Amino acid sequence: MAKGRISLFVTCVVDQLFPNVGIAMADVLERAGYELDVPENQTCCGQPAFNSGYREEARMVAEHFRKVFADAEYVIVPSGSCASMISHHFHDLQVKVAPKVYEFSTFLTEVAKIEDFGAKFDGVVTYHDSCHALRDLRIKEGPRRLLSKVRGLELREMDAAEECCGFGGTFSVKFAGISGGMARTKIESIKRTGADTIVSIDSSCLMQLQGAISREGLNMKTMHLAEVLASK
Amino acid sequence: MIDAFEKKIGETLADPALQLKIYTNTATLVDKRKTAVSEEAFPEYQELRTKANALKRHAIEHLDLYLEQFEANVIAHGGKVIWCRDATEVSDFVLNLAKERQAKLIVKSKSMTTEEIDLNERLEHHGLEPVETDLGEYIIQLRHERPYHIVAPALHLTRHDVADVFTEKLGIPHDTVIENQTMTARGLLREKFLAADIGISGANFLVADSGAVVLVENEGNARLTTTAPKIHIAVAGIEKIIPRAQDLGVFLKLLGRSATGQPLTVYTSFLSGPKRTGEIDGPEEFYLVLLDNGRTKLIADEAKRQSLYCIRCGACLNICPVYRKIGGHSFPWAYSGPIGAIISPQFLGIDHTPKLPFASSLCGACADVCPVKIDIPQVLLDLRAEVSKSPLEHRAFRIFAWMMTHPAIYRLSAKIGLKLFFLAKLAPPAKAWLSQRDLPNPPEKSFTDLWKLRAKKS
Repeated sequence: MAKGRISLFVTCVVDQLFPNVGIAMADVLERAGYELDVPENQTCCGQPAFNSGYREEARMVAEHFRKVFADAEYVIVPSGSCASMISHHFHDLQVKVAPKVYEFSTFLTEVAKIEDFGAKFDGVVTYHDSCHALRDLRIKEGPRRLLSKVRGLELREMDAAEECCGFGGTFSVKFAGISGGMARTKIESIKRTGADTIVSIDSSCLMQLQGAISREGLNMKTMHLAEVLASK
Repeated sequence: MIDAFEKKIGETLADPALQLKIYTNTATLVDKRKTAVSEEAFPEYQELRTKANALKRHAIEHLDLYLEQFEANVIAHGGKVIWCRDATEVSDFVLNLAKERQAKLIVKSKSMTTEEIDLNERLEHHGLEPVETDLGEYIIQLRHERPYHIVAPALHLTRHDVADVFTEKLGIPHDTVIENQTMTARGLLREKFLAADIGISGANFLVADSGAVVLVENEGNARLTTTAPKIHIAVAGIEKIIPRAQDLGVFLKLLGRSATGQPLTVYTSFLSGPKRTGEIDGPEEFYLVLLDNGRTKLIADEAKRQSLYCIRCGACLNICPVYRKIGGHSFPWAYSGPIGAIISPQFLGIDHTPKLPFASSLCGACADVCPVKIDIPQVLLDLRAEVSKSPLEHRAFRIFAWMMTHPAIYRLSAKIGLKLFFLAKLAPPAKAWLSQRDLPNPPEKSFTDLWKLRAKKS
């Protein structure tokens, strides 16, 4: 029984680098009973240009997003950062979008109101609060509640859960030394939990952390929340 | 090209001992603040932040009115108000007064505003002897350094570093016991207080309706600075004004807690003009220097003028993951950390510090702890939009925007472009990324490809 039709904006990062996150999100939302629409012409939210100070270029991309999703009722995004760009900063670009835009986990807890997807995942997990999700969208408890319903999963809080991973878009290459240092500080906190898996709702943070884990040769992995919820 | 900013960042990151000092000392301040503003300890915290923001907004938007009211009250109390456009006007005033009064020794209490205008260097250059009397400031003055932190100027030093500088500069035996170091400084500074001709302080708040200068401190040195010498000069930025004495409670409750986790600092002084007939304490002459130094330029900018709400608590420095890596001396001006990153470009001119607004992951932790709710990340974004860009980068973002508005081209060029990026490990962005961490393995198929396959199957 379909609950209704919702649209997915998978983001450029997920589209190009972490396609399985998009597939997992689609699986979970279908399991929740939604019919999915994935507009073919979607690209990016424009945040790279906006955060680098290129307002006109960002506005062009935001305007493209607006047109692509003009007929959608709900748009679900597997990223707190991109969702916050759309809901908070499109305003700075004088772009107003018609649909309700939700970050993935928030849509599950607040609209679908489903927290148990019958997922099974054996592992010790620690959750990384991505900055824009935490501070712009005030997402804190939702993803943890969703994780707590996953069978076999043990959730352990790290002391620096709310500290930035250091990614920050072009900051990660413009000030690579600071960015890398921030990732290593974060990983020290993760190590203290004894967790084997780091979960977040932003793939770009996970790319940063995974890169640092791999460089240090640590026995840990990163997963998007959607991938955990889709696990059987 | 590596500039002075990036050079200093590199040096700080490469110094493990310094990294540890910054991290541990900021962590202490972070923890103290967190406890002090917790729901149990301070239930009215969020409400007071909102109030403080509204009060500052009102004060800054009516600055002309309140400054004149404040001046009239200072004059009524027997003080004088000196309006200064810039650093030179302040030092000229102090130098002339010192000359007229044949003054040489000046005691100073902690003031970021005087750091901002390099007042000590200017006075020393003309043969005067300014002596910092806040312990941290005294230590860094001996080291000829700028403050490392708005509230904790010697945050980057351990007691061993202090013992070193005392031995080197004061010629005393090496002693790493903090109490002994404090007693040494206290003994030396008492003599300076008694002999000083002029005391120079900053100001935490200027109260328009009472004409009072409010100073908060923990060591008692500001009290001595402002009362022992015959002349007291307070130097304050014009944004320090608050309309009414009754609003002070809001700020005093927030300031101590945000800065050091104290419900109230040890001393809070209200100074209203010189000593009056019959009073035992206080200076014979009182001058209040009102400094612009670029502040009126900021007021003109509606979106960014909130930068002037700052009450200099330093909470944004302590919580900032970037400050905690690069420390205070990497910043180009006296003000460091997130607040320094937004006010330095606005005071000094944006193209003077073009890279500064970009040295942030925009994590927003600063805005979350700001007691007056300055939206620092938003101001950083606005500044980024104003900086003159390199033509090369601008072209890259034009291409980005063109690609992202032409889906077919985006998909095709992403296929080729990503492969190239992963192959071209020597291209500057890839090289910068790889200097710190590994790249993910690029997937065989994009989400769009996988989704099309899935649609075909079903």
